[in-house]
This record gives sequence, structure tokens and C-alpha cells, in this order.
Amino acid sequence: MVKLTQRLGGLVLRFAAFCAALGAVIAMITSRERSSFFVLSLVARYSDLAAFKYFVIANAIVSVYSFLVLFLPKESLLWKFVVVLDLMVTMLLTSSLSAAVAVAQVGKRGNANAGWLPICGQVPRFCDQITGALIAGLIALILYVFLLIFSIHYVVDPFLLRKS
Amino acid sequence: MAREKSWKLLLGLRIFAFMATLAAAIVMALNKETKTLVVATIGTIPIKASLTAKFQHAPAFVFFVIANVMVSFHNLFMIVLQIFNRKPEIKCFNLLSVAILDMLNATLASAGANAAAFMAELGKNGNKHAKWNKICDQFAIYCDHGSGALIAAFIGLILMLIIAAVSISRLLIHSNKSAAATSSNT
Repeated sequence: MVKLTQRLGGLVLRFAAFCAALGAVIAMITSRERSSFFVLSLVARYSDLAAFKYFVIANAIVSVYSFLVLFLPKESLLWKFVVVLDLMVTMLLTSSLSAAVAVAQVGKRGNANAGWLPICGQVPRFCDQITGALIAGLIALILYVFLLIFSIHYVVDPFLLRKS
Repeated sequence: MAREKSWKLLLGLRIFAFMATLAAAIVMALNKETKTLVVATIGTIPIKASLTAKFQHAPAFVFFVIANVMVSFHNLFMIVLQIFNRKPEIKCFNLLSVAILDMLNATLASAGANAAAFMAELGKNGNKHAKWNKICDQFAIYCDHGSGALIAAFIGLILMLIIAAVSISRLLIHSNKSAAATSSNT
């Protein structure tokens, strides 16, 4: 009984993380806004900034990985591998999220010391959609931290809750 | 004994990771460059203005310093714990909390290093679309020190990943041993 609820909880967490990562990718890819003042027109795309491209690639990798792990059978020997892979995927998620937040913060506030002006005033809808994508990435990250702890309990069984 | 060899390996890795992350934090915290530039000329007297580039100007670098200080403090704490805990019986809860803390600190190190890396890339190349000028051609020493700190932080990050993997494997070996012991007792 304990084992069934454990497995079900793990599946639910992983599916939610898959949805969150996929949502982050889609929200960031579809963010595109054109703003024009006088004769100049400025198009803001996510691919203008390298950190956003890295965010999209990393979250795409994470969503593909969680989709594949959803179908791993219960008694497979690959679960030991999944623990280390979960750690690497969590590190990938934190790095992509922190890079995107660092660059988005510069875009929103600018950097007075370097003479960089903020761009969110000219493309507000673009900024809002980027914020939404970053929030989805944060949710995926939190779910993966829970999944890390869960994978360790499932594979290693440190408190010997299972009778073999 | 197998635990003896992994104990030495873990201690060595932790010392290297502690030194790497501490070096990264210190080099970035002391990163400062002042440059006097001629802004205008009145007659024959040039007017100079001095600009400083400090690490506090970019919040990503502040987060980088804080994250690396926290990771190096965690490593120092674990080194002390490991040296003063050579008792033969090891409780499972100790190993579990060490493994989980190692994993969380590895992710923290990854976050700090990558935020500073992308911020530095923005400073080095600028951005044509947002009309942000690059600053590395004027503050070359600042950029060099920053990249040195980044390299040290990435080395520390790789070491933290290996440390986390070794801690998880120690936990696995311990739980296999105790599972075999209880099944042979019953």
C-alpha cells in the first residue's frame, strides 16, 4: 500500500514538472512583439538574448526527459541511474532559470552604471510573457527538487520501509 | 575497507571544491577597476571624469558572490564534520542529510555560476537589438578578473556534482549493507 501511493505520488510530480517545463518553453517561444515609434520599428524576440535561448533549450531537454521517465517500469534497474540524472537535470534547470532572470532583470531595470536603458517600457507585452515563462520555469524547478528527494527515497530506501 | 577509500576521496574532493568556490568568491568580490576618461576639452584644459566598474553594479555578480560563499561554507562544515566523525557506526540519517545537502548546494553553485556567466557574456558582446554597448573593451582588467572567477566557479561546480554523486553512492552502499544484514538476521 505504501509502495503504491509512493509510485503514484512520483508519477504525479513528474507529470506536473513535465507540464510546467513544456509551458515555459511554449510561453517563451511565442513571445514576440513589434513596437514602433515614428519611423523606426523594433521587434523584440526571445532569440535576441542568448540567455533566453539557453532557457528554451534547457527546458525543452527537461520536458523530454521527464516525459521519457514517466514510462519507466517499476522494477527496472535504471532507477539508480535516474537519481543521478535527476540531479543533473535539476542543475540544468537552476542554471537556465538564474541566467534568464539575471538578463531579464537588466532588461526591466536597465543598468545605470553601464549606460544600458531598460526595454520593458517599449515592449510591455513581451516582458509580461517572459515573466510568465520564468514563473513556469520556477515551478518546474521546485517540483524537481521534490522529485530529487523522492527518487532517493524510492531507490535507496534509507529507512528500510520496504520488506524485501 | 571500501568505506575508508571513499572517505579519503570525498575529503580530497571537498577540500578542492572549498578552495575553488572560495577563490571564485574572493576574486569576484575584489573586482574593481577605475578609469579616467577625457570627456571634453575647454580651450587647452581637458576635463577628466573617472568611471568605476564594481561587481556590485550587476545583481547577478552579487548573487554569484553570495552563492559561492554559501557553497564554500557548506564544504567547510562538511570537512569538519567528516574529520571529527570517524566512529565506525554511521547512522543512516547522517548519510541521508549529507547527500541531500550536497545535492542542494550543487544546484546553488550551478545557479550562481551560470547567472554570472550570462551577465558577463552580455557585458562582453553587448546587445544590438536592445542598444546596450559592450563594456569589456574599456574595462579589460575588470573583465579578465571576472572570467578568472567564473572559471574557478565552474571548476567548483563540477567538483560539487562529483561530490554529490559520491555521497549518493555511499548512501546506496550503506543501505544495501543494512538491508542484507537485516534479511540475514530474520
